This record gives sequence, C-alpha cells and structure tokens, in this order.
Amino acid sequence: MRLALRELRRSRRRFVPTTVALALLVVLLLMLGGLLDGLYIGSTGALRSQDDELVAFDRAARESTLRSRVEPATRAEIEAVPGVRSTSGFGIALVGADVPRTDELADAAVMGYEGRVGGVPAPPAPGRAWADRSLEARGVRIGDVVRVGPTRIPLRVIGWVDDTNYLQQGGLWVEPGTWRTVLAESRPGAAVGDDVFQNVWIDVASGADPLRVAAAIDAATGTTRTITRAEAVLALPGIREQNATFTQIIGVTFLVAGLVVALFFALLTLERTPMLGVLKALGASSRQLVGALMTQTVAVTVVAFVVGGVVALGLDRLIPPEVPLVVTPGRALFVAVGIFVAAVIGGAVSLRRIIRIDPASAIGTGT
Amino acid sequence: MPALVLQNVRKTYPSGDSEIVALDRANLEVPDDQILALVGPSGSGKTTLLSIAGGLLSATEGHVVVGGHDITEYSAKQLTEFRRAEVGFVFQTVNLVPFLTARENVMVATELAGRGNEKATRARADQLLEELGLAHRAENLPAQLSGGERQRVAIGRALMNEPKLILVDEPTSALDTSLGNQVMALIVGEVKQRSTAAIIVTHDTRMTHYADRTVEITDGILAA
Repeated sequence: MRLALRELRRSRRRFVPTTVALALLVVLLLMLGGLLDGLYIGSTGALRSQDDELVAFDRAARESTLRSRVEPATRAEIEAVPGVRSTSGFGIALVGADVPRTDELADAAVMGYEGRVGGVPAPPAPGRAWADRSLEARGVRIGDVVRVGPTRIPLRVIGWVDDTNYLQQGGLWVEPGTWRTVLAESRPGAAVGDDVFQNVWIDVASGADPLRVAAAIDAATGTTRTITRAEAVLALPGIREQNATFTQIIGVTFLVAGLVVALFFALLTLERTPMLGVLKALGASSRQLVGALMTQTVAVTVVAFVVGGVVALGLDRLIPPEVPLVVTPGRALFVAVGIFVAAVIGGAVSLRRIIRIDPASAIGTGT
Repeated sequence: MPALVLQNVRKTYPSGDSEIVALDRANLEVPDDQILALVGPSGSGKTTLLSIAGGLLSATEGHVVVGGHDITEYSAKQLTEFRRAEVGFVFQTVNLVPFLTARENVMVATELAGRGNEKATRARADQLLEELGLAHRAENLPAQLSGGERQRVAIGRALMNEPKLILVDEPTSALDTSLGNQVMALIVGEVKQRSTAAIIVTHDTRMTHYADRTVEITDGILAA
C-alpha cells in the first residue's frame, strides 16, 4: 500500500488523465441524477405529499387526475367500505398565473383539497392560496395577488409550502370552491359541480390491508379504480418513461466509468509488467501487488469524486432556477457508491494479469 | 554449510509432443564464501540455473538446497518468502523502482516483508548507501542517478536483507569495460566483506578473474 501511495504521489501526472476523465463522469452522473430527481420531485410532489395511502379515480379516466371525476354518491359508497376511516376530495387545474412585477406567465397547478396533505396547512379561505416555494423563483412573494386562468381569478399568496408541485407546475393550494371556480374558468368543458372532485384520497383504518381495501372499494362502487399513492405517482404522464430513460443513461455512464478505469489500469499494468516482475522476484506477493493496484484505484476514485462533486456543485449554482436540477445527499451517495463499485470492478480486470506475472521474467529478459 | 547445492537438477519445457531441456542433470555446490562465475553462450541454460537457485523457477527433477533449506518442493508462497529472506538479486539492467528514492529502493524488499522497525531498516539502508559511496544520493530518484550509481543502488538492494546467496545476472552487459570493471570490483568487494556466496552469470570472460571459480555451461550441461 505504501508503494502504491508513493507512486501516486511521485508520478501524479500519470494518474491525472484518468482522474480527470472520472471526475467528468462524476459531474455527468451528478447532473443526470440531479435532473432525474429534479424532474421527479417537480412532477410528483402534489401526490407524494398526500398523507393518505390510497386514491380513487373514475375508472374511465385511466388513472389521470385531470380526466377523473368522483361524484358525491360514489364517495359515499367508498366511505361505507370496511377499512375506510375517512376520505378527502382532491382536484387540480393547470393554469397560467400572472405574477405582479413580471411580464411572463408562470405555470401553476391550482389544487383544491380538503386537508390531510403533508406539509400543507389546512385549506385557506376562498381566494387565498398556499404557494409552493418554487414559485418564488418566478417572482411570487408572500402577500402578492397572483391572477390565474384566462379570466385572471385573483389568489392572494398567504404562505409557502415545499415540494408540492405537479408536472413541473408550481402548486397553489386552495379550498375546493376556489379550485372549482378556477377549473370552470380555465377549462369550461371540464367544470365540475359542487362536491364533485377529480380524486378521492382514502385514509385506511389501522390494521387494514390497503390493497384489500382498494379491491373492496372498486368492487363496491363498480366505477372506480383505486390504487396506492406510489402507483399514482408512477401513473403520472411520462414518469415511468423518464425514470427508465435516465436510469439507463446513468447505468451506461457507470459502465463507461468502469471501462475508463479498466483500460487505464490494464495499460498501466502492461507498461509496469517488467517492474512488477522485479518486485515479485524480490519477494512481493501477488496479493501485495493486487492490493497496491486496488489502493490506487480507490485513491483515484476518491479524488475524482471530490473534484467532480465540487465542479457539479459549482455548476448547480450557475444553472438557472427554471432547470429542474436537484442534487441531494442521497443522489451524491448513490453516485459515490456507484462510481466506487464501477472503478473497483474496472481495476479488477487487471488482477489476472498481475497474478500471472512470472517473477522469473525479471532475469535474463533484458528488462 | 554450502550456500547452494544442486543435485541432478533438470529443467524441461514441453514443446508439442517433445520437450526442451534447459538444464540437464546439473550438480553444483557453492560454499558459503565463494564467488562463482557462470559463463556460457546465449541459450546455454545459465539464466535457468540462476532462476532455479533463486527460487524463481522450480526444477522439474532433482534437489535444490539454499543455505540449508531444501526448496525443491516449496509452494509459490513459500518461494516468495524464501526470495525475500534468503537471496539477493542484481538484475541485468538494474531495474530500480522508478518512483522510489535510492534509499527506498534499497529498503523495498524489507518493506515488502513488513518486518523490522522502520528506523532500523532506514539506518541499515543508509549504512549500505554510505559503504557504496551513495550517501549523498539517498533522496534521489533513479532517473537522477548515473548508470553506475544505479548499479550500486541495485547492489545495496541485494545486500539489504543479509542474504545467504547473491545472484547476479549479467552485471556488466550494459556497461563499458571501465565501468564494468568498477562494478565487478564493487560486487566482489561487498560480497567478500560479508563472506557471502555469489553466483555471477556473465558471457564476458574478461570478468571471470573476479570470481573464485568459473563454471561453464553449454546446452544445459555444466562442465565437470
């Protein structure tokens, strides 16, 4: 190990290209992961923040909140199902919001709710809204009156809530009547009557199996499709495809990182074969030489991760707030572990060559 | 106790349906304070003999005893331990580790063994470098040393663990006659000073007068 660290210290230039290449891959991985997380968080917050475990859609809506309608009679049938403790109505209207002091419209999701949403206080008075903090970057301030929809319905912002957006549109949380008004004005064909919601969220009684309760609800109503919160998140338009696409790109990037390390250490081992033969002749075991290579692999990876992480954090500050980039500690840990595993596997490609180096090659070969 | 005893040592390599005999029924005894010059043309088997004596190769047949240790049946791991402790090598083209200083190159085998305390190891390396006239070069990397200085560091490395047998492979092949004589004189002086046995492989008959005894090898057969 000492030998490996001395080589790293005294032959730094030899390791710089690989460290730089790995650092750039770390930047790419953090950016890709940050974008994936940003897109996911910005698209799903409104559903993830719900306290209840189950959500019922109109079966014909194919798990789309915007297309779904749940009538009061159906809601009553749901509430009568054993295992259902209570229900909360929920609906969304996607609108443009006119923000004071700015010329452009901000995309907003006006969400009508009855309560039981994590991090969102109880529904405000009519004409008032809790705003998602992401709207602050669009110029919204507490106390502002934003005007939403084609008829510019006024909503006064009374406070911030976090991580509650829907499909990248800033959340404005209002009481159900206000939401119905906004929906009717922005999409007259989609207007709903009093007490009608797009979804009904279901609080399952403790001890009840949510999946059994969901099946019982659908059997009882005959018109609903009840799924879990996690399923509802994945049913949002494009979420599955987005996750799959980014995951594949991230996977390929890890593969490239492994290949970079594998190629570098394979070439380094090839170049050092005579020296490694001499060390074996002098009494170095294959285990010691393999340990030295793995030490160098880990050291290069650690330096690359630190450099890449600093660069990624710098870029994060330069990127405009409209870009949904969120670099979380969890994502950084995932990239660190992934790049470490890829590098160790890449480095391990040279193990066989090191083990097979014949100490007798040190003598009589002219090397 | 002799430093090296070879008894009917044979080394063969398979070649299709037949075999190539690199060393044929070699019998050799090197007393513990003798310097032996092994001479022969290219491909005569002198490198094979040196490799077997140093535990770098295993004999196909016969017995190999170094410093009282019969290494004939040693495993690869045992041979690695044996090379660390019992033999010293001076290779044909020096082969110092390029990123280690002169002192660290001398210490490398001891460090690989992970034994002894660092202070003592360092003191011994410095003492050897002093004896070899390289005290002022202890902190220099091999690239900063001349050819002769590198060869002296390699000699220091071979002597570091106080081996029972020193094996020297073509020490003058890359040097001019003058420097070759200096290096041979240095090797012989250091080896004699320690009463250690040494086998020096060379094809340069001008250097054999430095040895106590010269043995010729041709086509894998040692001259009687």
